[in-house]
Amino acid sequence: MNIKDFHRSMPEAQVYFRQSQSWWSHTHLDAIMLLLLLALAGYGLFVFYSASGQSMAAVERQLVRYGVAFGLMLAIACTPPRLFRRWAPWLFVLGVLTLIAVLLVGVGAKGAQRWLQLPGLPRFQPSELMKLIVPMTLAWYFAYKPLPPSLSHAFKVLVIMLVPTLLIAKQPDLGTALLIASSGVFVLLLSGLFWRYILIAMAMAGACVPLVWMLMRDYQKQRVLTFLNPESDPLGSGWNIIQSKTAIGSGGIHGKGWLNGTQSQLDFLPESHTDFIIAELAEELGLIGVLILLAIYLCIIARGLYIASQAQDTFGRLLAGSLTLIFFVYVFVNIGMVSGILPVVGVPLPLVSYGGTSIVTLLAGFGLIMSIHSHRTMVTR
Amino acid sequence: MRKPVPLKDHQRERRAFQFRALLAFALVVVLMAVLVSRLAYLQVSEHDRYSSLSDRNRIQLQPIPPTRGLIYDTNGELLADNRPSPNLSLVKERIDDLDATIAELASLVTISERDIEGFERRLKQRRRPYEAVPLRFRMSEEEIARVAVNFHRLPGVQIDAELIRHYPLGTSLVHPLGYVGRINQQDLSKIDTQNYSGTNHIGKLGIEKFYETELHGTVGVQQVEANARGQVLQVLSRQDPTPGRDLTLYMDLKLQRAAEQALGEYRGAVVALDPETGGILALVSTPGYDPNAFVSGISTADYLALQEDENLPLFNRALRGRYPPASTIKPIIGLAALDSGTIGLEHKVWDPGWYQLTEGGRFYRDWKRNGHGRVNLRDAITESCDVFFYDIGNRMGIDPMSDYLGRFGFGKITSLDLPEAHGAFLPSRAWKKADRGRSWYAGDSLNLSIGQGFMVSTPLQLATATMVIANRGKWINPRMLKSMSGLDAEGLEFTLEVPETKVMGQVDLKRDSYWDYIIRSMEDVMHSAHGTARGSGANSTYRIAGKTGTAQVLGIKQDEKYDASKLEEKHRDHGLFVGFAPIENPKIVIAVVVENGGGGSSAAAPVARQVFDTYLLGHRDTLNPVAGDRSL
Repeated sequence: MNIKDFHRSMPEAQVYFRQSQSWWSHTHLDAIMLLLLLALAGYGLFVFYSASGQSMAAVERQLVRYGVAFGLMLAIACTPPRLFRRWAPWLFVLGVLTLIAVLLVGVGAKGAQRWLQLPGLPRFQPSELMKLIVPMTLAWYFAYKPLPPSLSHAFKVLVIMLVPTLLIAKQPDLGTALLIASSGVFVLLLSGLFWRYILIAMAMAGACVPLVWMLMRDYQKQRVLTFLNPESDPLGSGWNIIQSKTAIGSGGIHGKGWLNGTQSQLDFLPESHTDFIIAELAEELGLIGVLILLAIYLCIIARGLYIASQAQDTFGRLLAGSLTLIFFVYVFVNIGMVSGILPVVGVPLPLVSYGGTSIVTLLAGFGLIMSIHSHRTMVTR
Repeated sequence: MRKPVPLKDHQRERRAFQFRALLAFALVVVLMAVLVSRLAYLQVSEHDRYSSLSDRNRIQLQPIPPTRGLIYDTNGELLADNRPSPNLSLVKERIDDLDATIAELASLVTISERDIEGFERRLKQRRRPYEAVPLRFRMSEEEIARVAVNFHRLPGVQIDAELIRHYPLGTSLVHPLGYVGRINQQDLSKIDTQNYSGTNHIGKLGIEKFYETELHGTVGVQQVEANARGQVLQVLSRQDPTPGRDLTLYMDLKLQRAAEQALGEYRGAVVALDPETGGILALVSTPGYDPNAFVSGISTADYLALQEDENLPLFNRALRGRYPPASTIKPIIGLAALDSGTIGLEHKVWDPGWYQLTEGGRFYRDWKRNGHGRVNLRDAITESCDVFFYDIGNRMGIDPMSDYLGRFGFGKITSLDLPEAHGAFLPSRAWKKADRGRSWYAGDSLNLSIGQGFMVSTPLQLATATMVIANRGKWINPRMLKSMSGLDAEGLEFTLEVPETKVMGQVDLKRDSYWDYIIRSMEDVMHSAHGTARGSGANSTYRIAGKTGTAQVLGIKQDEKYDASKLEEKHRDHGLFVGFAPIENPKIVIAVVVENGGGGSSAAAPVARQVFDTYLLGHRDTLNPVAGDRSL
């Protein structure tokens, strides 16, 4: 009986055969995804060098972050997803506790407490961890429930999701809170929630907009108002968006050339190496450079969704799918805000912007996706 | 009955998920397309607009202010130059707490309320981000050091140098030169803002104001690439400014200082003219004030102190002081009487010490209580006999007197480049009718004949009229400017044109000998045994023609005797003197007014003599240091 016979006899079984036991399979990495991520990181570093004002030191620091993050990705990829599924509720409880701790003893600046300084640990942002833990917890919850979820299950999921969301919104960190809420929403949508529930929820959310406006802080309102009319305050909060649009627009199709962007190199573009790095790229490398970046992103998302659809259990499917979609939300919100179609919220361009936390979290997420893909077993559940 | 436990249908879940994932991917593609179209809109459709916006960010047109022209005296002594002034400036964008920074600075250097006031005003004006706004001007070396050692604690604080006007002679020359000050709102409406885009100062008074256009020059411009903090990275193109033109004045600094010293503590004025050119050799008004305080902005308290000073230092007495000319106009009244045919040279008057228009009428007194006896015109000028002039004034009436005085420049502004010059006042019959609604009385004529009453004149007018006598009727308008360096935009040298309104007709007399007669009479004032200024004319190696005058400040009652010692200082008479020397070839004409100095002969004439000596004797040595010249 050869392999083909077996395959033929169980066409729906999704049997995964190890063709060869090479060293590579022991890393549990997905080669296609890894190549795409490396391409993105390389392209990002290339842009980052220019954005950092040609500082080799900054590039080295960024490289170290990539190194740490890819190492963590490897470690997570090697961990079987069932372990995560088992830990998920406990990780969630731990995460919520650290979020409460942030509100009580957290440190931060400009009126927002986001960091936690625990003895013996480096300073970290618990809300970043929640970006992974929340979809993991929801995927765990649905893993044992019949799908499409009933209304009561969906409601329980919403409550689980709202606890960390509200705790983070209280810090206040509206951007992260929205990202975490949307990661939960993605799990719900991917779980096959009935369309009628989705439509009703959307209608209710629309009705809540005025309430949210009332609860927002002044600087958050200011950001929204500035977004609606950036020219109203050209030297204040509108400055960023005017300058970033100018940088993008003046780049044209071919760009001004690497290291030659006047907006960014002459410091007219604020935050050119962090949240606004796409404007730098668009100015120096033009529309073509942006399209290359978007193409890499699209490939990563396609690969992520493919992996999700090939996953063998509900937990893997929902987790991989929601992590991939969250990655896209990062891309969309960041580029949308820099190009002036979304309000300015502090969302970095994934894997390109300067900043350790976001790179580590994102690559840890990809580690989870790879783990889900590489730990498929002979027999599906 | 127990509810059936729903089972998970893994196949169905997988298919449902795959459908949703596909749907999600489709949505991702659509949203990506939205981003791409947005970027394409910015980078393709709007590319030109954003390109120019980006260039406007990057490329700045910076004005290069021209260097203000210097001012020299006739011998090349520097009267006004430009010096770098260190200013303390703040860059608002780099300062978190502006008030705290200012408070911190105030603990290091003195920062007045006025500095802060001005700073806040400048801060509100339109400016680029990261442009430094000056807080304090003219920092001393010590203040710079005190701020500099604290730079690390004071981000956004900087010290930058600006070339500003400096008057090395300070108080001595403020009245003739004027000064420059910061451009204010009022100035802005009058100037070409583009030409002044890099300039902070503008001429406010005097020569600085009159020759503003020439002194200022033309602004240059450079196209620079600058970063968001305003730092210039490279100059893309540059058009140099045309510096202002240097002025050389007729003013003789030594003479100016000598005249100032001769006036001493008195309030007063000295004007010295060169009769050949009309050049103003000296223009002194005491007391003066320091123009340098006005360049960077004088404090309100200091300005108030100057304004309230009872000696009126801000008042330019030489140009605007309106004094009764008193007896100094007697030579002109005499000429008027001769030339109008009212009297002949042989005309004589008996002076008992008073004059009456009608028997038993009001007594018009002579300054000499017992009278001068029988006098002719020459005696009357020499001894300054009032009764003789009452007599000829009464005979002539107002019209010839007003006419002749006008032809000598009274009541008019004849100087060419002194914007503050005042026309003072020359009365006429028509004026009195129109203004006072009364006819001209004979008594008014008597007053005018001795330079009292309605008539007032400025020291510059007195000097100008005397210059006309020295030049025997030939008119030349007084002026400050001797020459100007360089050429103007059309490549022409500067020539000072006499505007139509200031063109004065030559004073032609029926007989030229009248000039000799009057000048000889004025010579007698200085050199004869009866001359009122014989004391000041004594022992001179050159001959002086002069005339003293004593202007009453208080009216004296009919039979009261003037006693200077009894009067308060402010009520004492003004001493006046006009004159020129040497007689045969006049080189210098002088008018002196000493406020409350007492008599013309005692207070004013000695001042004039010192100025004459400086110019004709002492000064000649330095002018022509040739041994042979001195023996002449």
